[in-house]
Amino acid sequence: MKKITRQKIIETVKKLYMDAAVYLQEDVLMVLTNAYEKELGLAKELLRQIIENQKIAASEKLPLCQDTGIAVIFVEWGTEVIYEDGQPVEAFNEGVRQAVKEGYLRASVVDDPVFERKNTKDNTPCIIHFELTKGDKVKITLAPKGAGSENMSALRMLKPAEGLNGVKAFVIETVRKAGGNPCPPIIVGVGIGGSFEKSAILAKKAILRKVGEPSKHPQYAQLERELVKEINELGIGSMGVGGNITALAVHIEYYPCHIASLPVAVNIQCHSARHMEAEI
Amino acid sequence: MKKIDTPLTQEIVETLHAGDLVLVNGYVYTARDAAHKRLVELIKDDLPLPFDINGQIIYYVGPTPPPPGKVIGSAGPTTSSRMDGYTPLLLSLGLKGMIGKGQRSEEVRNAIKKYKAIYFLATGGAGALLSHHIVSVEEIAFSDLGPESIKKLLLKDFPVVVAMDCYGKDIFK
Repeated sequence: MKKITRQKIIETVKKLYMDAAVYLQEDVLMVLTNAYEKELGLAKELLRQIIENQKIAASEKLPLCQDTGIAVIFVEWGTEVIYEDGQPVEAFNEGVRQAVKEGYLRASVVDDPVFERKNTKDNTPCIIHFELTKGDKVKITLAPKGAGSENMSALRMLKPAEGLNGVKAFVIETVRKAGGNPCPPIIVGVGIGGSFEKSAILAKKAILRKVGEPSKHPQYAQLERELVKEINELGIGSMGVGGNITALAVHIEYYPCHIASLPVAVNIQCHSARHMEAEI
Repeated sequence: MKKIDTPLTQEIVETLHAGDLVLVNGYVYTARDAAHKRLVELIKDDLPLPFDINGQIIYYVGPTPPPPGKVIGSAGPTTSSRMDGYTPLLLSLGLKGMIGKGQRSEEVRNAIKKYKAIYFLATGGAGALLSHHIVSVEEIAFSDLGPESIKKLLLKDFPVVVAMDCYGKDIFK
C-alpha cells in the first residue's frame, strides 16, 4: 500500500495544468509542421502563425490560447493507494485553482449553466473521470478543453442497420457543420459503442492518444484513414479559409454495445491539442 | 499586405476584399457573449453605450490575465457565430468591423453588405502571437464580467484576413 497526500495531488495537478496551457506536445507540433509544409495559400500563412505562436508561448510562458479551457482530468487510481486527507476531488480542484492563479490562466467556468451563469473566478470545478486500476500509483492526465471545438462536438444514437456507412456519414456531417469554428486543423476523437455516456468518454479519450497513432484494431485503423481522407476532401482548411488539411488525425475508440444500439460520439479537438500526464 | 487604421470609414472598407491579409492599427473594443447581451439591453432601454460604436471595430476576445510585465495575456479570437444574433443591430447603429473566427449567419452577411462593414478573421489558437500586437489595454465597462468585460485595446500591425467584405463576398462560402 502507498499513501498519497492532498499536497502531492495539488502540486501535480497545478504543474500539469500550467504546463499544458503553455507547451504543445512534440507529436502535435510534428503534425502541424507537416501540415504547414504541405499546405498552400492563405491556410499556409495561418499555419505559420500557429507554429510561431507555439514558440512564443513556450519562450514567454504565455498560454497558447486565451481559452485555457475547463480542466478535464482522467485519473487512474491504483487500488493499493491510500488517501487519508478527505475527498480527493477537492484536492484536484485546489490544484486547478492554484494553476489558474499562478499561471495567469483564464477563469472560464460559470456556476450555473442556464440561470445565473456567474463566473466562479477560479476555473473550478474541473471535470474528473476516475477509474480504478491495479497497483500503487495514481496516473493523472489533464486536458484543458476549449469551448470553440467542444461546442462543435456531437453524439448520435444510430440504428445498428446504419452500420459503417452511418458512422462515416455522421462523423463527416459533424465536421462539415463545424466548418472553421473549432479552429482547424482539428483532431477528431470518435467513440463508438458502449452506451450514451460511454461513447462520449471514449471520444474524449481518443483525442488524448498520440496524434496519428492508428487504432490497434486493423478495421478501425482503416476507418480512421478513410475518415481523414474524406474529411480533408471537404476542403475546409485551417480556420475554415479553404485548404487541403482540415484534420490532422482521426482517432477511434470502440467498446461492446447493446444488440439494439450503435452510439457514436464525435469530440472535436482544435489544433491547440493540449494535454499533459503524470504518475505519482 | 494592407495596413489600415481605426476608426474605419466607408472608403477604407471599400478597399478590402475577402481573402486579403490586413494589418490593423489603432483602437478596437473587446466584447463577447455576455457583453453583447448587455450592449443590446442598453440599446433597447435607450441608454447610452459605454463607447461610441460609430466606425469602430469589436474584437471577440476574452484574454487571459496579464502576467507581470505584460499589458495582456494570451488574446486570440473566440467563435463569432455566438454573437450573430446581436450583430445586425450593432451594425445598424454604425459598428463598422468585427474580428473573430469562424463562419457567420446569412443575416450577418447581409447586414455587413447593407451597412458597408467588414468581418475579419484572426488566427484562433494564436493568442500568444496576437498578444504581441496589442500595445495597451484599458477596461472601460462591465468589469464584473472578468474576462468578458469591455476593454479598449490599442493594436499595432494586428494580423487578420478579410473573411466577409462589404460586397457580400464570404471566404467560408
